[in-house]
Amino acid sequence: MFEFIQYDFMQRAFIAAILVSVACGAVGTYVVIKKIVSMSGAISHAAFGGVGLGYLLGVNPVVAAIPFSIVAALSMGAVQEKVKISEDTAIGILWSVGMALGIIFVNLKSGYAPDLFSYLFGSILTVSNTDLYIMLVLDLIILIVVFLFRREFLGVSFDEEFSKVVGLPSTLINMLLLALIALSVVVLIKVVGIILLIALLAIPAAICKQYTYDIRKLMISSTIIGAILTSLGLILAFIFNLSSGATIILVLGAALFISYFIQE
Amino acid sequence: MSLNALEMKDVSFSYNHQQVLEDINFTIEEKDFVAIIGPNGGGKSTLLKIVLGLLTPDKGEVKVFGREPKKALDLVGYLPQHTHFDLDFPIDVFETVLMGRYHGMFKNYTSEDREIALQALKDVDMERYKDRQISRLSGGQIQRVLIARALAREPKLLLMDEPMASIDPEMQNSFYRLISHLKDRMTLVLVSHDVGTVSMHVDKIACLNQKLYYHGPAEEAGEGLEEIYHCSIEHISHGIPHRVLRKH
Repeated sequence: MFEFIQYDFMQRAFIAAILVSVACGAVGTYVVIKKIVSMSGAISHAAFGGVGLGYLLGVNPVVAAIPFSIVAALSMGAVQEKVKISEDTAIGILWSVGMALGIIFVNLKSGYAPDLFSYLFGSILTVSNTDLYIMLVLDLIILIVVFLFRREFLGVSFDEEFSKVVGLPSTLINMLLLALIALSVVVLIKVVGIILLIALLAIPAAICKQYTYDIRKLMISSTIIGAILTSLGLILAFIFNLSSGATIILVLGAALFISYFIQE
Repeated sequence: MSLNALEMKDVSFSYNHQQVLEDINFTIEEKDFVAIIGPNGGGKSTLLKIVLGLLTPDKGEVKVFGREPKKALDLVGYLPQHTHFDLDFPIDVFETVLMGRYHGMFKNYTSEDREIALQALKDVDMERYKDRQISRLSGGQIQRVLIARALAREPKLLLMDEPMASIDPEMQNSFYRLISHLKDRMTLVLVSHDVGTVSMHVDKIACLNQKLYYHGPAEEAGEGLEEIYHCSIEHISHGIPHRVLRKH
């Protein structure tokens, strides 16, 4: 029954599942408690522009998505600070403009884009060693930044006004958090794809938040729950020959649903 | 000569082309206990935000202990209206208070910071709740925690935004008792739209509705209040507060 573990691609897939869970635990926690899920959704969709740019320039689309999604995330932050436009509107615009850019970039590159779908809907079974290294490095960066700025992230998430009053550079910290979300998006792209990844980022923390009020425990438990559920989705997708990204998301959704019942 | 806690000279502020504050001039001396009273939308919170350096006035000069507001943040404690943040946030009482000790990036909270935070919790009689998650506190308890967070900064000026709005009348008395203990340690400024209970607790009142109409001893505030509320002071001031006063 567990013969699938012998396959190289399955081993890589399980490692990928663990690596995404680290990003979900650390950054997903802030996304949930700061209530910036839809903004993170916008950043993830904007990352498709980076994927398209990668195609156009002939570089690894995941690598190209790193600077692109960071720029998208920071411009989102800048718009909020400077321009009189509602956050809600800015989210909607970034969401589709990023995707539109990606499509145009792919258009400009003549020829067929064979694995475009895997970036949109994920394909954990085709994760390469290079992808794993990229994910690992990004995870390490995320963990270091979260550790160094844990006080600041907690401050701006809890009470931004008070943070400013005690001299915390809230604009800078908000920007840094958005950049971290952009990096997490890149970690998650290959596993569940741009369109589905916001659920993977948010659900583990949303589940665990019902059971703990300690942010450290929340991050650790979200990482563990994320790894278990993503692996479960992966196994189910393999056994029933279903699309892996969609299966993982549905497993997460079902787990959230069940956790609410248990909590009741 | 000691510095004034707060000085405002010709301060004006507008938001979206609408004048919110107009030519505000006033001074708060050290260890004063001042209530800034006015109707909702009269610019009270804006005034506090200017003192906190969160907003910059269009014109005029603001000095907090002789410094620019942004350079005086370490001398100022702030009690916001507690309704503006998510109570279901994963943070306990002690961590919330510790935030008042923040002093810059890459700087860990020291054991001294922890002691000061704990002392601030003792000051508001909330020490035994220090490990409790904030959503499991009552409104009055949350306010005490937020006062402790402000006190943890060891401020010389404590600004309070509508401290009465979020607590029930029973708690208001204990709030004033608590605040009266702080009077000899720092300058206290609170803003309120509720003339009623405030006036007999504070030393001075400032009446604000875009302009500053009155600033002086609390007992003589009648005319200023009349002007800003556009109705007879008999209705708003004499009835309620004096009765409360007698009850004491």
